[in-house]
Amino acid sequence: MSKRLVQLGVLIAILVAWYVATLPGGVHPLLLPPPIPVFRNFGVLLTTSSIWPDLFVTVREWVTAFCLASTAGCLIGYLVSRSGYAVRVFDPLFAGLYSVPAILLFPLYLLFFGLGAGSKIAIGTTIAFFPVVLNTIAGLSYVDKAYITAAKSMGANSAQLFWSVMMPAAFPVILTGLRLGCIVAFLSILGGETISSLAGLGHRIVSLAENMETSQMFANILFAVAMAIIINGLVSFAEARGRRGFQ
Amino acid sequence: MSGAETVIRIDGVSQAFGAPGDPRRVVALESASLEIARGELLSLIGPSGCGKSTLLNIVGGLATPSTGQVTIAGQVVKGPSPQKVAFVFQENTLFPWRTVIDNVKLGMAFQGVPKSERDDRAQESLKAVGLADFTEHYPSQLSGGMKQRAQLARALGLQTEILLMDEPFAALDEQTRMVLGEDLSVLLARTGKTIVFVTHSLVEAVFLADRVAVLTARPGKIKKIISVEEAHPRKSSFMTSPKLSALRNELYELLHDEIRKTMTLRGETGQSHE
Ligand SMILES: Nc1ncnc2c1ncn2[C@@H]1O[C@H](COP(=O)(O)OP(=O)(O)OP(=O)(O)O)[C@@H](O)[C@H]1O
Ligand SMILES: [Mg+2]
Repeated sequence: MSKRLVQLGVLIAILVAWYVATLPGGVHPLLLPPPIPVFRNFGVLLTTSSIWPDLFVTVREWVTAFCLASTAGCLIGYLVSRSGYAVRVFDPLFAGLYSVPAILLFPLYLLFFGLGAGSKIAIGTTIAFFPVVLNTIAGLSYVDKAYITAAKSMGANSAQLFWSVMMPAAFPVILTGLRLGCIVAFLSILGGETISSLAGLGHRIVSLAENMETSQMFANILFAVAMAIIINGLVSFAEARGRRGFQ
Repeated sequence: MSGAETVIRIDGVSQAFGAPGDPRRVVALESASLEIARGELLSLIGPSGCGKSTLLNIVGGLATPSTGQVTIAGQVVKGPSPQKVAFVFQENTLFPWRTVIDNVKLGMAFQGVPKSERDDRAQESLKAVGLADFTEHYPSQLSGGMKQRAQLARALGLQTEILLMDEPFAALDEQTRMVLGEDLSVLLARTGKTIVFVTHSLVEAVFLADRVAVLTARPGKIKKIISVEEAHPRKSSFMTSPKLSALRNELYELLHDEIRKTMTLRGETGQSHE
């Protein structure tokens, strides 16, 4: 309970500081607009349909990237986990690649796939692939040997071993990878859109900044932040449900 | 036990881990031979690391010996034989994502029991171990003793002729294991199974077994076999009888020397570090 209060306190402190900093004589409103018009603009965003076309573009890119990354990540993770040798080769390799800032590939993707949705889907897929594949390998290849031995001693065939032992044992770890993949796909697509794009939430924020409409821009940033928080909440909820559902 | 037919024949079984010349090479077993009669309960006892679990796994077909062989009812063991042999493991191997009864039923599914029979059989074996009221609990909601009983129920549900138990009560306190031991004696006398039971407890070994096989320090081989000759099911009065303590003392003498050997070895390596 007190934890929640502290968190709320921090948020309120930020808002107060924001308000005080933008009082007359403070920071110029073009650099930091006062909170009240920002929230008024945010209200307009929520109640009108002006943001829908850009929102639709971003969401479509995000869903496509996540589907591609989770399919590829789970499949490759499964194949790698089947052999101890492959795990020893690919697990450190993927972990190493994961630590390279994949956003560096974005200029290349712009060349390959153009300024539109293609390059955003590519960067989102690339970045989301790693947590999924790493967690799938970790989940499937570190299942407690004792469970496997016990199942084999009772006569489990390889399909039974996979569906009744490996999958349920690995499932929570794989689910965590999917949750991370889902979130980083969204974040990297937004990032890609702000670097170079034709449409989408990130694109919208950048053009508002270029037109000096800072208050509008802040309202859109607030929208993206709210979306990220909601997505995080939803996938965490789905993860918790999924864990229980598989028991 | 005279006259009863041999079911498990362990014939010159050796097991080494690691290639010859590897400094980490361990010879766990060296030409261990043993015959176990139908319906007999044999306890295996020996110093830690002498190869008891290794031997049990070889008998159950979970490991292949370096040399020698095991035959069960005349057939050479080449892999797990779930129709004939069920295990109760030392560590908890109940699947935590399934309820107790679903764990028991999953074992039967692995073994190939028709779906329609599983529920009745699972209820029955859970009742036999006194867990009839905990069928819908998850393993994490059970006490240590109840988990081991659930594992026993899973093994019993497979209705195999042979039961291999690797220190099933090792993680439990002494009072609990005494009570479980008494229950086990009653249960096993009724089912007439052939059982190999690994334990570190001298009293448990004598209390449960028809014969106690003492293994030497690593590399393990059979040092001596002691017959208990007391009818099953054993009564709790047997626990405090002079007969049991005499056998226990005999085992202690046999084991003491072997345990000393392993300890001395450890002492020497400790000194060479200085
Ligand atoms: N898979 C393995 N690889 C390498 N060495 C092994 C392996 N399994 C067992 N050993 C070695 O074989 C020896 C015997 O092991 P085992 O588990 O059979 O002993 P144990 O008699 O059951 O001991 P405890 O009473 O402590 O359970 C040990 O020294 C162990 O280090
Ligand atoms: Mg052992």
